[in-house]
Amino acid sequence: MATYQLNVNGQSKQVNVDPSTPLLWVLREELKMTGTKYGCGISACGACTVHVAGIATRSCVVPVSLIGDRPIVTIEGIGQDPVGRAVQDAWVDKDVVQCGYCQSGQIMSAVALLKATPKPTDVNIEESMGGNLCRCATYVRIREAIKSAGQQMR
Amino acid sequence: MLATHRLVSRRFLFMLGVFVTLIALSTIVALKIGEKKASASNSKIADGLAAWEQVYSVLTSPRCINCHTATNYPQQGDDRHRHFANVIRGPAGKGVPGLNCASCHQSENADSTGVPGGHNWHLAPLSMRWQDLNDQPLSSAAVCRAVVDRSRNNGLDGPGLLKHHEEEPLVLWAWNPGRRPDGTMRTLPPITHAEFVAATRAWVDAGTPCRRTK
Repeated sequence: MATYQLNVNGQSKQVNVDPSTPLLWVLREELKMTGTKYGCGISACGACTVHVAGIATRSCVVPVSLIGDRPIVTIEGIGQDPVGRAVQDAWVDKDVVQCGYCQSGQIMSAVALLKATPKPTDVNIEESMGGNLCRCATYVRIREAIKSAGQQMR
Repeated sequence: MLATHRLVSRRFLFMLGVFVTLIALSTIVALKIGEKKASASNSKIADGLAAWEQVYSVLTSPRCINCHTATNYPQQGDDRHRHFANVIRGPAGKGVPGLNCASCHQSENADSTGVPGGHNWHLAPLSMRWQDLNDQPLSSAAVCRAVVDRSRNNGLDGPGLLKHHEEEPLVLWAWNPGRRPDGTMRTLPPITHAEFVAATRAWVDAGTPCRRTK
């Protein structure tokens, strides 16, 4: 076991866990932040996506020992960011969600995309969101919401 | 008068003989030295080409060639299959926003989750592709030409290539590739890093020769 000081959504959090523990389990089990979901556990579906130092990161495969002092932003905190707010609003406006299980990961990836590419093409969206799976197949609405959020940001 | 003339003629002929003999001897010596030099040079090139084949065996091992693709995606595994999760190259070889290499690959191996990692994890540029578009490794000669072409290899000369093979973190990673998700160790290149560096040095010392075949 080891003690880690994590910066999560702008707040300092201390956890005492095995160094090999994936960040996802630290968020969900130690910090009780259950907005980030467990999907596949092998970084194949994107449900566990959070931001680490601004990079959309698959928290299910990143041991907490490799986080260091890089700030973490989760679905619980992304609404504080203007781009995150725009994406969440667009998600509601376009009624994207069906079952909702994958959507926190979808939103985190979409925010990362829009921060780098405020006016994404269909190809940009397919490439950046291609690793986020949705078994309800809400992909068409996701694409619409991303474009809508991009327009709202201008 | 006649006796004097004969004496001069004999001296002339003698001197001419000596001169011709000297010329012939020096020509033979020069040819022998040339042969020896050419033989030494050929031997050095042969040694360099043999050393290159060792280097090539490493460059085309999965730990190296999986990120030297000619396509829009990296590969993974010893069978060099396409990287899962729809990962693509991206403009700088580091994926795209939302799906970067760094989305999973950290600064070191994550053995508890089976994700390999290293400093600045990224794909090699397309100029340094060592495969064709069907994911088949290029020939030894073709890879050699790519590696020595300074317009394609980030301007590295022979000593620069040696330093790259000795010190580049992602090169070193090939001999410390960590564990697979099932907990088993990833396979290593066919020779040790020390042997790889020694082979590179021998190849560089020989003038980085490449075979002339395709």
